[in-house]
Amino acid sequence: MLKVKRIKKGLTINLKGKPERIFHQLPMPQKVALKPTDFLGLIPKLVVQEGDKVLAGSPLFYDKNNSDIVFTSPVSGVIESIIRGERRRITEVVVTADEQISYEKFETPSVENATREQIIPLLLKSGLWPFIKQRPYACLANPNDIPKEIFISAFDTAPLAPDYTFLINEYKSDFVRGVAILQKLTTGKTHISLYDETRANSPFKNIPDVEYHYFSGKHPVGNVGIQIHHISPINKGDIVWTINPQDVVLIGRFFEKSIVDLRKIVALTGNVKTPAYYKTILGAPITSVFSEFSETSNDRIISGNVLTGTKIEPNGYLGFYDSQITIIEEGNHPEFLGWIAPGFNKFSFSRTFFSWLQPDKEYKLHTNTHGGERPFVFTGLYEKVLPMNIYPIQLLKAIIVNDIDQMEQLGIYEVIEEDFALCEFICPSKIEIQSLIRQGLDTIKQEFS
Amino acid sequence: MKIIRNLIDKTKPQFEKGGKYEKWLPIYESFETFFFVPATITKKGSHIRDAIDMKRSMIIVIIALLPALIFGMWNIGDLYFLSIGEQSTIMDSFFHGFLKVLPLIVVSYGVGLGVEFIFVYIRGHEINEGFLVTGMLIPLIVPIDIPLWMLGVATAFAVLIGKEAFGGTGMNIVNPALLARAFLFFAYPSKMSGDTVWINGLANNPNIVDGFTGETLLGQKANGISEGYSCFVDNKLSLFDMFIGNYAGCVGETSTLAILIGAFILLFTGIASFRIMFSVFTGGFLMALLFNSIAPAGNILLETSAIEHVLIGGFAFGAVFMATDPVTAAQTNKGKWIYGFLIGAFAILVRCVNPAYPEGMMLAILLLNVFSPLIDHYVVKANINARLKRTNLKTT
Repeated sequence: MLKVKRIKKGLTINLKGKPERIFHQLPMPQKVALKPTDFLGLIPKLVVQEGDKVLAGSPLFYDKNNSDIVFTSPVSGVIESIIRGERRRITEVVVTADEQISYEKFETPSVENATREQIIPLLLKSGLWPFIKQRPYACLANPNDIPKEIFISAFDTAPLAPDYTFLINEYKSDFVRGVAILQKLTTGKTHISLYDETRANSPFKNIPDVEYHYFSGKHPVGNVGIQIHHISPINKGDIVWTINPQDVVLIGRFFEKSIVDLRKIVALTGNVKTPAYYKTILGAPITSVFSEFSETSNDRIISGNVLTGTKIEPNGYLGFYDSQITIIEEGNHPEFLGWIAPGFNKFSFSRTFFSWLQPDKEYKLHTNTHGGERPFVFTGLYEKVLPMNIYPIQLLKAIIVNDIDQMEQLGIYEVIEEDFALCEFICPSKIEIQSLIRQGLDTIKQEFS
Repeated sequence: MKIIRNLIDKTKPQFEKGGKYEKWLPIYESFETFFFVPATITKKGSHIRDAIDMKRSMIIVIIALLPALIFGMWNIGDLYFLSIGEQSTIMDSFFHGFLKVLPLIVVSYGVGLGVEFIFVYIRGHEINEGFLVTGMLIPLIVPIDIPLWMLGVATAFAVLIGKEAFGGTGMNIVNPALLARAFLFFAYPSKMSGDTVWINGLANNPNIVDGFTGETLLGQKANGISEGYSCFVDNKLSLFDMFIGNYAGCVGETSTLAILIGAFILLFTGIASFRIMFSVFTGGFLMALLFNSIAPAGNILLETSAIEHVLIGGFAFGAVFMATDPVTAAQTNKGKWIYGFLIGAFAILVRCVNPAYPEGMMLAILLLNVFSPLIDHYVVKANINARLKRTNLKTT
């Protein structure tokens, strides 16, 4: 029996709207979109024009810095529009889907015989490569690197997060196949981290040659970065890869069916009538999953979870990596004397509101910042929700003053912004910590590229 | 509520960009946010935020100070009536003390916030709530009969030199409230020490009853009195009396009981650091024990028991409200243990070994405020070295 790593630090944000454990099958959406903005630092180069016909698995655009990395269409159909944002940056490539999807055919070797040299070109060509993220930086992995190890976190502890044990059960054989493929990409170990609380009926167990780890604790223990820190921390110069469990499934399915079939499960959570799991496809429009939105509703739609997700418009599309859509109310209303009110219904990590009387209450939180931005005043707070041997304030200050040596010494390679999301949440000074961390990572990346 | 909201909605345009009073916007907003938590929504990063903000945090500290303040008011009144030989009810005493302490609070807040608002105007950003606490701390750590103009000068000095010169709340090196006290102590020592300043009206009141003295317990010890008493030589104080705190001293420092209620509020809400509070008391206690064991016979301060040491003077108040100031304390968790321990130890050291100055808490905290970045430096260095070692192990 493996030892369970118990992480004491962290915070569970108990929100209303947990997904019910039911799968709803959604019809194939009429259009889907791929968003180059989902990929950090990507400069996309288009290979299609409006009106072009594509198959599922045909390239739409590629990475300017590495033309091997292509991004392919999830459906067959016609390129409806290429939407550009500020400074003509491409934000969405929208494809109108055929009624019957036809797939680009690939020649895939059997999993047992596949070699790294066969797998990588196939993953690149099929557009599945971008699912693999590299640490440090959490950017697209470089196919020429041989990662030290590969890490998969098989659970998500973020607020309202989908339950992967429930979700992957649907695609268990694909997951096992996907892991077998990924194992061939590294010379080191492949690690899968399981949540101790749900280990009993886990579909992730008993895959050969995988090193399993058991964790227990509050969010952010489900973040793969936190797990890496406790399993085998990243040193300067190390490269490891990470991938989400559902994306492993997509890779496994590709090697089974030899087509790019990006159907996946998304949890619809938060401020909705029927929070549940929906079977749809990558890049699906929000309206196909969440139809309650009206002109008058004062809600924010988030692709991902409330801590790290991306705000999307009602006519927007699901993010590339996301398995969750969260709806919360906008907090655009002032509150009278809020700093002195008893606050029975206010969620706080501190016990400065009387809501501590009901520890198990489910909250309906909105997007108000609850106060203005201030300089760092309180200390020792971030440490309580950052289960890493890292000094958060010192690291953030090193980033603010752009001290590269200091950032390295304080462990910037071990973190990405999602690990600091809870610090940002609890910060009484309302400092935008996640952007700061990303700013630091960008500085370091630029310095060494 | 509606009325205020309407007033704000009506007048705000004049203060916004292009409006008549554009330059006054930060000051206007400071008042607006006092009434209403603004409707700002999250733009980047986490979409939801904790309900706590700086105002809430600071108000909790002020609530935690209330027991000490209320007890202090009663204590001032009670000792006053004792000094003129009159009977008084609890309410009489409290009301007398209230009237005497209120001007101190008004001056402290008036001067301090005045300076703060000037800087809000100059810097053009919203007011920082830090002074809400400082402004309440200052009246609690001065003698009741301090002339108001001195208090005003000290407050202005503390805010200007102690805080705004460094860039405002969050940037200061030493605790502004303690700096105000240190300023008073060194600039006007006759109003900050001796045996007449601690009781209201003692210096020039013709009706003082015979045998009444207004020395603090530490003052008595420095003058060679081993068994502490309150006001009259035969009114000996037990340890429990010292814990309750009905004796002469600064406005808010005498009652360890009231201070511990505040400490409980601070710790329970998660505002102050348990590490610092605990280690200050531990440091002081151990240092006093050490002195007890080596004390030459007849040295009253060195012989004072450890428990008595932490009960009397400003020790408890400093440990709970001053040392825990997050801006000037050590910032790392390990550093906080060291920082607190050294404050406690130095406070007792100064008390016992420096005969000219019986109250060591203020100087101990100010000293460690200055040294806390150094403590943090070595704590962080250890973390850096551990990380480097890990990297080197791998490469060799």
